[in-house]
Amino acid sequence: MSTGSQWKNPVIRWVDDRLPIFTYMDHEYQQFPMPRNLNYFWNFGALASIVLVVMVVTGVMLAMQYTPHVDYAFDSVERIRRDVNYGWLLQYIHMNGGSMFFIVVYIHMFRGLYYGSYKAPRELLWMLGVVILLLMMATAFMGYVLPWGQMSYWGATVITNLFSAIPLVGDWIVTLLWGGFSVDNATLNRFYSLHYLMPFVLFAVVGLHVVALHVSKSNNPDGIEMKGPQDSVPFHPYFTAKDSVGVGVFLLFFAFFVFYAPNFFGEPDNYIEANPLQTPSHIVPEWYFLPFYAILRSVTIDILFIPAKLMGVLLMFGSILILFILPWLDTARVRSAKYRPIYKYIFWIFFVDCIALGWVGSQPAEGTALIIGQVATVYYFAHFLLVMPILGKIETPLPLPSSIAEPVTGGGGGASAGAAAAKMEKP
Amino acid sequence: MADTAASPESGDEDAGRRDFLILAAGAMGVVGAASFAWPLIDSMNPSAEVLALSTVDVDLDPIQEGQSITIVWQGKPVFVRRRTKAEIEQALKDDSAELRDPEKDGDRAQKPDWLVMIGLCTHLGCIPLGQKSTDPKGEFGGWFCPCHGSHYDTAGRIRKGPAPKNLPLPPYKFVDDKTILIG
Repeated sequence: MSTGSQWKNPVIRWVDDRLPIFTYMDHEYQQFPMPRNLNYFWNFGALASIVLVVMVVTGVMLAMQYTPHVDYAFDSVERIRRDVNYGWLLQYIHMNGGSMFFIVVYIHMFRGLYYGSYKAPRELLWMLGVVILLLMMATAFMGYVLPWGQMSYWGATVITNLFSAIPLVGDWIVTLLWGGFSVDNATLNRFYSLHYLMPFVLFAVVGLHVVALHVSKSNNPDGIEMKGPQDSVPFHPYFTAKDSVGVGVFLLFFAFFVFYAPNFFGEPDNYIEANPLQTPSHIVPEWYFLPFYAILRSVTIDILFIPAKLMGVLLMFGSILILFILPWLDTARVRSAKYRPIYKYIFWIFFVDCIALGWVGSQPAEGTALIIGQVATVYYFAHFLLVMPILGKIETPLPLPSSIAEPVTGGGGGASAGAAAAKMEKP
Repeated sequence: MADTAASPESGDEDAGRRDFLILAAGAMGVVGAASFAWPLIDSMNPSAEVLALSTVDVDLDPIQEGQSITIVWQGKPVFVRRRTKAEIEQALKDDSAELRDPEKDGDRAQKPDWLVMIGLCTHLGCIPLGQKSTDPKGEFGGWFCPCHGSHYDTAGRIRKGPAPKNLPLPPYKFVDDKTILIG
């Protein structure tokens, strides 16, 4: 039955012969070949998984103290902040953790956009990432409802009402989502249940994301495949160490907000208990939804036979769903913006466009902000539907290095030179 | 780095240094993880508003001789019984009986008239019967736990059945003749 495994410890060997968990870990997290030229932008996947764990752990503890009932929810959160031992800490970690998750994931995504990580053979890896983003958004939205403040209540009302734009069945769907005729106790209860469920679905999809990653391996700043051992270094100790540096810096950043500016990302209105009879004068979603919120509000006139309300909703969902087909919209043969002289600038224009949408989303929907929002929305879709397909055809890429090792060693990147270089790095 | 790697002796030096770095980094990691884990664990301990309910006043005035009341302290039933003369006599007499958990009646009641106990069987935590006049009081005239058949005497001492200990006494003191403060 022995597989001739490498393990000397008899207990480990016994387990590993029956369930090769140690061999798997060794293969995927010790020996696993990583491109040797990765920069710190490749830390953000690991950071995201750490935030997910932090959110689940603090969330489980908070769930032990929270009461999902319209009469008690707000008070139970106040009780967590005031009476529960370290409740203030858990609540602030969880609350800011949501923002941290989106910061990390958005950087992770822009990294992918810049270096062409979504291109073949990593299309499915990218698409799983978009599924993760959608799940995160759903989870974050429902979590934000739970404290039952004014923004919780009116955010839930506005977002669920999006579905009323669907022709014919819209109102029926909204009633189904609410479990009543307004956002009420039934809504709060189901959001609580789903908010607890979603992270585990998220874990499963993250698992698939990682499996897909370990098939196609990491992309890298040069956007060319690893051609042999001279192009790679083992995951451990090179990236366990590099990720640890990133984690340390990130946790300092996270801790700064938790301890010194815990309400930086929040809305003061959410410290007022939900009141179904009064809408706050200016309601805004959490910052990470602002660009999409701006797209939603940008449509002010009926377009052909589609009412403005429906068009706004379609564009908002479309702005995320379009990412699913990005691997086929981008016609360029070269992955990395490093070797795409025009895309390098187009990427930053798109980045600024996203930031502009975010700013517009935070402003009242009128005047200059509205016009900027409309222009930015049109450009957002034009980027994917026009610029990416056309640019790939007309742009002349810079010559690619023959291997990842070549720019490092300065040589031709041959196997012997690369091996010598790898040896030099290992004292 | 590359040149030091060439000689085997310096390689050994590196090994020692690396072991130290791994141990130091690992120790820091453990300290960090533990300091993150503690708030999580401590959040499960009683919170401030639960601790605020840790004492309760009991007015003894309305309780007649031979009557018991049950009050709630820290979520647990507390038996307060004003014993009859016969019960006190029986309890004093039983001081010399064979007891599983020997305790003098004088040590169990600060004033002989008043017996104050936590009303949870020391076997597995059921509430013994005997508070109402119609309840079975067991073979020793005190309390009887219906779950697994433990018999307690008129001082709440275990006399028969599976329970190992006498009914526990909560901390309490007489504020005045007619009031006690439990907790």
